[in-house]
Amino acid sequence: MVALRRDRVSLVLSFVVPIAFFSIFAVIFGGQHDSVSKIKVVVVDQDQSRASQKLVQGLVSDGSLVVNTKPAPTKDQPAPFNYTAETAEAAVKAGDVSVALIVPHGFGDHPFSFGGKSTNESGPAIELLNDASDMIAPQMVGGLLQKAAMTAMPEAMAEQGMKYTDQYIGGFTPEQRKLMEANLDQLRKIESKQAADGASPASSASGGGLIAVHNRSVVGENKKNPMVAFYAAAIGVMFLLFTASGSAGALLDEAESGALDRVLSSRISMTGLLAGKLVFNILLAFTQLTVMFLWAWSVFKLDFFSHIPGFIVMGLCTAFAVAAFGMLLASICHTRAQLGALSTLAILVMSAIGGSMFPRFLMPEAMQKAGLWTINAWAIDGFTKVFWRDLPVSALWPQVAVLLAIGIVLFAIARRIARRWEYA
Amino acid sequence: MNANLSSDRPAPVAVLPLEVDSLVKHFGQVIGVDGISLKLQSGECLGLLGPNGAGKSTLIRAIAGRVIPDAGRIEVFGAAAGSAAARAALGWVPQELALYPRLTAAENLRAFGSYYGLAGKKLEDAVAWSLDWAALQDRASALTRNLSGGMKRRLNMAAGLIHQPRLVLMDEPTVGVDPQSRNRIFEMIEALRAKGMTIIYTTHYMEEAERLCDRIAIVDHGRIIALDTKEALVHSAFASRSQVLARLEGPEAQVTAWVTERGGRLVEGTAQFTIEHPNEIASLLDGANAAGLELVDLSLRRPNLESVFLHLTGRELRD
Repeated sequence: MVALRRDRVSLVLSFVVPIAFFSIFAVIFGGQHDSVSKIKVVVVDQDQSRASQKLVQGLVSDGSLVVNTKPAPTKDQPAPFNYTAETAEAAVKAGDVSVALIVPHGFGDHPFSFGGKSTNESGPAIELLNDASDMIAPQMVGGLLQKAAMTAMPEAMAEQGMKYTDQYIGGFTPEQRKLMEANLDQLRKIESKQAADGASPASSASGGGLIAVHNRSVVGENKKNPMVAFYAAAIGVMFLLFTASGSAGALLDEAESGALDRVLSSRISMTGLLAGKLVFNILLAFTQLTVMFLWAWSVFKLDFFSHIPGFIVMGLCTAFAVAAFGMLLASICHTRAQLGALSTLAILVMSAIGGSMFPRFLMPEAMQKAGLWTINAWAIDGFTKVFWRDLPVSALWPQVAVLLAIGIVLFAIARRIARRWEYA
Repeated sequence: MNANLSSDRPAPVAVLPLEVDSLVKHFGQVIGVDGISLKLQSGECLGLLGPNGAGKSTLIRAIAGRVIPDAGRIEVFGAAAGSAAARAALGWVPQELALYPRLTAAENLRAFGSYYGLAGKKLEDAVAWSLDWAALQDRASALTRNLSGGMKRRLNMAAGLIHQPRLVLMDEPTVGVDPQSRNRIFEMIEALRAKGMTIIYTTHYMEEAERLCDRIAIVDHGRIIALDTKEALVHSAFASRSQVLARLEGPEAQVTAWVTERGGRLVEGTAQFTIEHPNEIASLLDGANAAGLELVDLSLRRPNLESVFLHLTGRELRD
């Protein structure tokens, strides 16, 4: 107790850690802030009919969605073309958006299916392209699509109703009544069959709606265990951070025992010593990641061996950033107790914001942006690209560049702070 | 010492192992070293004798390049302290047990050897020599944290000498060890001396300085207040005089008054007098008797370094 009281940094941190951690989760789950996470959707209107345009407008005006029909302008392309089915699918695959909707040609002729299934009579179904790792976004977009159909297309609904009346009811002759009964019977059968089948997330028609929607997972549809890659990376990075800061803490032990002084009186310089420790910690972290992914492969059937190059690139970059982070923490702290408290605070905060505990795409927008200041987010994004999206190594350049930059900057700061050990 | 480890570094004849000139180092308001100058001859063992806080360790750390002086100059075999050449020539045994507790004895030696650039057979030879020198061959595979206090001290010394330095700095290497282990450490140092190694040895135990060192520098308040051989130091302070140690019984105030009146000092209840001739003892006995004090114990001794320190500073060496 007395020792803790004298180590004021540890004392303060032991109160700050739980409060900081609580606050982060309160922001993520508590909905204290207005910035509720909006789902990014790309809409491709191939039909360009009055009905399809009304539907798209209905989606655009929905506050829960961020709807784009064309990519954001860039310097190279100040006025980009509208998304096509192919570019929309690519955007989902790359993880730029959660969901893409393709409104097909002919949709406007028969927009409503009254039962969700596309038939010859109801016209082609809207295609909902999604990422199987995000199980919430397609459900929400599917529901909002039906809502948009209800609210934004009353005219089309009436028109379709009249068509039905003309087609099936006419003057309500006994024959027509019989027809209508038969049709309603058919609808009931469809409903009961869909209820018995249950939902099929990978590729299904979203049942029970006004308009027919065909769900298709464009990422992860063939994965045996969809979230394993994500959690292997997410949990792996968090514990890598703990290992790295603990291992870097050996520096504090050496300083306390006098071994550091002795080492620095030999041929070894401070830069050489720190670099040696950095290399060791990189190898340690990389080994830890490898073991983690091998475990995921052997127990959870993660497809490890067909992603070796991407794993090595991401593993080494992550290990470098994490090791440098550990060196920085160790150089900042004066005692092991301080290191323990500070590293717990920093790592838990980074892990919470960076997506190690809770997928970032489900967080509020501001929190998602804040996550970009963490090693976790970049590492998880990179590993997801490799194992989930099956992207080539060349697609990892943003993550590689950021993680390397983080590592270099943190190590440079650690070296600067470590000057306090160099001479008295 | 292993011949092939030491023979490839012949010291230039003209260059002194160590030259310290007007060294000053303050830590804020605290004086570490306050103008120390000294020169060390090749093969010499110089003792730095002084109480805790006298500045011995600061001087040693400055020579090792771990403390940057505020003023003054230090050269190790002609190279500035802290330079690569000076660091390679130096072996530093710090006061702390600066070891890796979770490594074995041999692994610690290998680690420190590699820090000095040793590798392969040279490193293994150096480790073997060090274990032999420190009498730790049978504990080579034991974890350092499981070694006894004396063994850790010996390993601490061996780690400082793994690269066969030409000048060794030993900062109180016997702190906290039992008499048996201390003797073992003395034997290790004497073995180095027999090989002609140049050594600086700091201690606040005068018996260690007397036993091991050719010359002794008495350090107090960051200064060297006397530097010479033991005999010369004693002679310059006491010439041919001797010391009489007397234990007296009687009222404390009366004892103190009588000792002061006769020009003596009371140290831990024992009266100390300096006399020119042994026949002065009779006069002391008569005086005590006349003052009504009972003499319990009396001895005559030649002054030692402790006496010199007391004489020069007015304080006990271990104050």
